[in-house]
Amino acid sequence: MSVRAAPLPEEGRIRSLVDFYGTMMRVSVVAQLQYRVAQYFYMLGMVAEPVIYLVVWSTIARQHGGAVNGITAGQFAAYYIVWTLVRNMNIVFGAPFWEYRIREGRLAGDLLRPLNILHYDLAFFAGWKFVVVALWIPIAIGLSAVFHPDLHPSALEIVVFIAAIWGAYFVRSMFQATIGMLNFWTTRGAAVFDLYMASEMLLSGRLVPLKLMPGWVQTLADFLPFKWTFGYPIESLVGDLSTRALLFGLGAQVMWTVVGYVLFTFAWRAAIKRFSAVGA
Amino acid sequence: MNTLRVAWLYFRVGVMNELQYRVNFFVQLFQSLIQVGTGLVMLSLVYSHTTELNGWTESELLSLLGVQIMLGGFIHTFIQPNMELLMQDVQQGTLDYALTKPEDAQLLVSVRQVRIWQIVEVISGLVLLTVGLTGVESSIGIVDALAFGFALGIGGVLVYCFWLIITIGAFWVVRMEHVLELFEGIYQTGRWPVGVYPGWLRYSVTFLVPVAFAVTVPAQALTSRLQWQTLALSIGFGVVLFGFTRWFWHFGLRNYSGASA
Repeated sequence: MSVRAAPLPEEGRIRSLVDFYGTMMRVSVVAQLQYRVAQYFYMLGMVAEPVIYLVVWSTIARQHGGAVNGITAGQFAAYYIVWTLVRNMNIVFGAPFWEYRIREGRLAGDLLRPLNILHYDLAFFAGWKFVVVALWIPIAIGLSAVFHPDLHPSALEIVVFIAAIWGAYFVRSMFQATIGMLNFWTTRGAAVFDLYMASEMLLSGRLVPLKLMPGWVQTLADFLPFKWTFGYPIESLVGDLSTRALLFGLGAQVMWTVVGYVLFTFAWRAAIKRFSAVGA
Repeated sequence: MNTLRVAWLYFRVGVMNELQYRVNFFVQLFQSLIQVGTGLVMLSLVYSHTTELNGWTESELLSLLGVQIMLGGFIHTFIQPNMELLMQDVQQGTLDYALTKPEDAQLLVSVRQVRIWQIVEVISGLVLLTVGLTGVESSIGIVDALAFGFALGIGGVLVYCFWLIITIGAFWVVRMEHVLELFEGIYQTGRWPVGVYPGWLRYSVTFLVPVAFAVTVPAQALTSRLQWQTLALSIGFGVVLFGFTRWFWHFGLRNYSGASA
């Protein structure tokens, strides 16, 4: 009796990588589905933030004859409800996770795996998104019933939106991972993360639609990656962006993903030379 | 008396532990500045489009923000670290070490840790509160100040009870790390007067999650809006919730069999 070894999946690098992502994402879905209560805790806490903004701005809109800077209460509702989906999508393997990974000595084990470490994080969180979005649907229905969003997207806007939320995921993944590299130099990265988060808060459309910000803030935001992770994906569905602006946005997301990846690669190469493993 | 002594002892040990890490003071200071800065930006954005929000002027809301940050600092210094440790103990099976000690277990799990540098947040909240109050037209009498202190104390108790009730959930639902986000998210509702929220949300953040009692009521005292009935209700609610928390803690413990046993 002869024993035949299974054929190696070496038909192509790309194909193996696709296989890897598919498998990793399935594993992630199964793993995360076990903790539904925990997911809802997280989601309810997360939803509180946009609901607060929404309530405050719709109160002001009502006080001033129905609109603030031309944005009505219904449009605010649409903005902040879509916000919740975009936020769910752009939660990534962030800088604090890197701190945990290094502090708890897990990086040493992760380094033994054959692929670039970024692939594991990207694939695992990408799989998680399917669970999160499924659990998000009832929340979105509830919020819509209460706040009556004014939302009439076209087919093109829906298609661009679906691409843009993944774009937001990749842009944010790259920049968060780059900031995460700081943990190789200091155990007190928290201050820098906070600074990053505060900049994101103000310059991305997370706190308020960028339209409500002073002109110079909007100009500044155009030159930074933040708005491609919040404002643009939301506006692509909610706002009246021209076809050109919609496609330009997708291009900007690709560009920032590449910039973020290059930054990460440089930081990672410098960081890994310093790493001597905790617990080794 | 013994209760106070134990709490004081843990407090001293906790402070000594934290004082070893002095750079953390500056990190905390920096973080507080960012927090205050973001809060101020949001306030100025809102008031660049309106002159009053639900009857509150900018100075009054600044005082409210001050109270919210101050109480948040108190939570981060004394309450949250203990609750995180409790969750971790349940998850890892090390809670037995606290349970087998002769002192009351609820007391022990509530005083074991203190993150003293977070006190910077309390101070920055106090600064905001003071700045806000200088812009408030009505003067603050001694009665207002007393009512404020009292309401804030009750607020602290209410938040502690709420946190502990949620944390006791760890006896049933072991994976609780996201509770932190849940609480932080809901606590942000306290930055705005509870009156702006629609009815269902207003009741939720008043009775379900006592953020309104903890933040809005003390701020009402300082802006001369507090009615005695509200304060009485706040006290009554505090007593009932504390009693319930005590009962729920014992109920939870009876259901807890230990992870290592």
